[in-house]
Amino acid sequence: MSAPMNAPAIATGDTLLEVERLTMRFGGLVAINDVSFSAKKRQITGVIGPNGAGKTTLFNCITGFYKPTVGRIALQAEGRDPFLLERMDGFRIGQRAKVARTFQNIRLFPGMSVLENLMVAQHNKLMHASGWTVLGLLGLPSFRHAEAAAKEMAVRWLERVKLTRVADEPAGSLPYGDQRRLEIARAMCTEPVLLCLDEPAAGLNPKESGELNALLLSIRDEFGIGLLLIEHDMSVVMGISDHIVVLDYGSKIADGTPAEIRNDPAVIRAYLGEEDTE
Amino acid sequence: MTDMTLSAGPKAPSPLVEAAKDAVFAAILVFLLSWLMIGYQTQVLQGQPMSYVTRYSDVLWAVFLIPAGRFLMTLTRFDRTLPAVIGGALGFIYLFIPGVLGVLEVPVYGEFFVTVDPLQPDILPFEQPMVNVIFGIGAFFVLAAGLRARRKKTVGAQTLEVREAAEARQARISKNLSSILGPLLIAVALIIPFTPWGDRKLVDTLILVMTYVMLGWGLNIVVGLAGLLDLGYVAFYAVGAYTYAKLSIDLGLDFWASLPIAGAIAATFGVALGFPVLRLRGDYLAIVTLGFGEIIRIILINWQIFTGGPNGLGNIAKIDFFGIPFERNPKEGELAFHTLFGLDFSPVHRIYFLYYVIIALALVTNFVTIRLRRMPIGRAWEALREDETACRALGINPTNTKLTAFALGAMFAGFAGSFFATRQGFVSPESFTFIESAVILAIVVLGGMGSQVGVALAAILLIGLPEVLRELSLYRMLVFGGVMVLIMLLRPKGLLSFRVPTIQLHGKKALPPTTAGAVK
Amino acid sequence: MDWFPYFLQQLINGLTLGSIYGLIAIGYTMVYGIIGMVNFAHGDVYMIGAFQAMIVFLLCGTLGISWVPLQLLLMLVVSMVLTAAYGWTVERIAYRPLRGAPRLAPLITAIGMSIFLQNYVQLVQGPRPKPIESIISGGVSLMTRSDGSFTVQLGWMQIIIIIATVVLMAGFTLLITRTSLGRAQRACEQDMKMASLLGVNVDRTISMTFVMGAGLAAIAGTMVTLYYGNNDFYMGFLAGIKAFTAAVLGGIGSLPGAMLGGVLLGVIEALWSAYFSAEYKDVAAFGVLVLVLIFRPTGLLGRPEVEKV
Repeated sequence: MSAPMNAPAIATGDTLLEVERLTMRFGGLVAINDVSFSAKKRQITGVIGPNGAGKTTLFNCITGFYKPTVGRIALQAEGRDPFLLERMDGFRIGQRAKVARTFQNIRLFPGMSVLENLMVAQHNKLMHASGWTVLGLLGLPSFRHAEAAAKEMAVRWLERVKLTRVADEPAGSLPYGDQRRLEIARAMCTEPVLLCLDEPAAGLNPKESGELNALLLSIRDEFGIGLLLIEHDMSVVMGISDHIVVLDYGSKIADGTPAEIRNDPAVIRAYLGEEDTE
Repeated sequence: MTDMTLSAGPKAPSPLVEAAKDAVFAAILVFLLSWLMIGYQTQVLQGQPMSYVTRYSDVLWAVFLIPAGRFLMTLTRFDRTLPAVIGGALGFIYLFIPGVLGVLEVPVYGEFFVTVDPLQPDILPFEQPMVNVIFGIGAFFVLAAGLRARRKKTVGAQTLEVREAAEARQARISKNLSSILGPLLIAVALIIPFTPWGDRKLVDTLILVMTYVMLGWGLNIVVGLAGLLDLGYVAFYAVGAYTYAKLSIDLGLDFWASLPIAGAIAATFGVALGFPVLRLRGDYLAIVTLGFGEIIRIILINWQIFTGGPNGLGNIAKIDFFGIPFERNPKEGELAFHTLFGLDFSPVHRIYFLYYVIIALALVTNFVTIRLRRMPIGRAWEALREDETACRALGINPTNTKLTAFALGAMFAGFAGSFFATRQGFVSPESFTFIESAVILAIVVLGGMGSQVGVALAAILLIGLPEVLRELSLYRMLVFGGVMVLIMLLRPKGLLSFRVPTIQLHGKKALPPTTAGAVK
Repeated sequence: MDWFPYFLQQLINGLTLGSIYGLIAIGYTMVYGIIGMVNFAHGDVYMIGAFQAMIVFLLCGTLGISWVPLQLLLMLVVSMVLTAAYGWTVERIAYRPLRGAPRLAPLITAIGMSIFLQNYVQLVQGPRPKPIESIISGGVSLMTRSDGSFTVQLGWMQIIIIIATVVLMAGFTLLITRTSLGRAQRACEQDMKMASLLGVNVDRTISMTFVMGAGLAAIAGTMVTLYYGNNDFYMGFLAGIKAFTAAVLGGIGSLPGAMLGGVLLGVIEALWSAYFSAEYKDVAAFGVLVLVLIFRPTGLLGRPEVEKV
């Protein structure tokens, strides 16, 4: 266990996540090469790049699924001890550092109901309230209240992502777009300080994609948390990101506001290829 | 290797030719299977080298009957159902009914179906009545296939929606059936000793069945809820049994004082084993738990001083009525069960008491499981079964969550083990073989994972039926294995499979059982 | 150097036993590789192989075939063919209908099949062990301890077992790497749905996998019949578990791994029995398995998996 760290010198101000000189190697393959960037709270930080640029690997490092080879990932939320994510066990990043994520290929609990998915997300809080099950088994009122509050929160999110009607259906039976929204709601039910979204617009139609943008913006504004967003859909990224990081072949090639990125020659080269071919 | 049969062209195959092809293939296969294994029975007679006797007639009958059935079955695929119906029915009547008479040793069988004259052939194909019964059941399946094909012709093909709707309906039926069957089974179980059928033999059998029901419910926490494949569950059962045996023999503790200790020690074993291995993937976990089960058994056999070796431990204190013994002649000035209640002494009292003890223990297991499922920990178990990666992303500690399931399952096995020890009065390693683990797992899976009533039904079916059908004697385990395969083929998701969400917004509902990666 | 002859003898015994484990383990590892399930009935298929080899041997006696190489050949070939039929049938009845069913379903049918086969053999061949006299005895004396108290024996049967295993492994590796059947198997291992879209007959490929596994198990059964000469209907259970242990030890899905795991397990068992206690040799075998799984979950030669999220 390595959770709260002695306070690392983190950039002050609104910086939430500070990734420093991160490198990830798989055998001989360098998936991420010396990448540094930061993400602020109350901001949506987009991470873009062509296929195989190392975006998902970056996410997996931040959320503890991979241990980075080299580098530091520091998380500093207001009023809390800072965390060095690269030193933490995978699940503790969600449990203590309060980083939530969604997956590129949706990972719900398909056989459980929609509502249950949102309840599972509040596991740690409820485990505590149930006195690690002992008090809960005895049916103490404090646990019943906690459970009712958790249900209320879940119901609020269901309304927000328009899934109230299907609350008792198995999550796996929902249409694709609904599953995407449910996964975001589930992540938000963990009450994170940083929400990492891995291609949330993939497979959505333009209308759904527009609704997703609105949802993400409202999360940013209402909860004041930081969002980290991997996306292929340029209209989503450019439309809602406050800040964009561009990766190519594992290295960062640009970093700036959407307007800056749009005109960055390195980015254009990475996406459109070298001019010299014809 | 590409499929060359694809190029066979559009010409529709003739049903008879296809069926004949299948039948010939089946005949060859059956011949290969039976030629040596059935055709020659090896025997070792005292002081002589091994010899054999031949049983060609059995081989020939098998090579005729099975392909015949296959022929009829293939015909049903081409909508030629009548031959299957007629052939199946005839075969069933010809083989099954006399076979059953023979198995039950009804005198009529000897008169009609067995000829002593060696020149005159027997009327039935196989000498052993049970083999005729088994082939008769085969004929029944041919008949059933024929009937089903006839019905399906009128229903038509199934689309995905139809299938999903059917699945939802199945789940609903299973749920309704469970909510009726559950209380009914409990009620029947409670009053059965007072009914005319409740003799000692039946109650003894029921004690055995209830022990397995309890073990099934305990393992259901591990396999059904948490999705951890445990093939060494019997090890914890053994730990519980030996713990009580040692406590009783060496320290003179009675059953009620030992019960919590046995449960705690079994749970400790669960944690100790689980801690290093629970991060392994499903099948590896299975093999490690299997190995662990064998290790425990080998230790029980070889650690003579402590466990009594292969002979086990005897003279374990029998159960008492909360401190009051079931004895004919209690010590001077002490009570016994029958004097306390002013009854005449009867050895049956203890049996009945044992029966209610195991029912209580099983119901406690059931109750705790149902409660736990609605707790955060229970939801986390199910979530882990569904997707461990997603669980980690939500900040759920997978190892601890699995460990609690493992420890709880082990604890209930420990309770059941102590009960077993006090019922038997002795314990030996023989009672804790791999086959026991397999049977308990089969009860859980056959019942429909996670379904409490289903588990009880499966235990009755797998444990009670063979006990009742003692006549099967040698064929008991053969039939047991066959039934296990058959139920799984007919109902891959278990007898009663459904899932009720642990928390609901819009009222009661049953979901179809999850197919997503149960045990990864 | 007085310890060396004894050690060498145990090593030879362990290698022999390990070769047999390895041959059975290949069946487990191939099936696991292709459909990801533990074929619990495989140990019993091996047991049936041993019984059929034994019956062929008896028939040789009746038919007056006494030339040992011919006996050996007949036992191997007949037992292989007939046992392969058992392997095919088990797959066809118990596993094929459950493709796509929840993962525990085929495991339960596998256990059911295992129980069924054991009791079937008990019924048709009787419950008592079947001793047969050995037809290949003797061997070469390799060395003698300096005081003449102990001689290292390498039995002909041990030589046959080890050589046969090496030859079979070589042939098998060729089969998997060079033939279209091997290619189809590897394709199904990678992605069954894609393989079927590309025209691989998946059902037939899986059947062939079971047939080959059963064939190898029959060879192991024949060897055991000749080496120990005491078959009973229960012999498949422990051998099966050990062989599966060997497959996991070597890295499940890997053919050389299965062989390596088998040999290692055999040697560990032999040495443990020789130097510590024969009673706890199975504990040692499973202990090694647990240790390997904890520290190297993919086995010795298995490729480490990177989790895809």
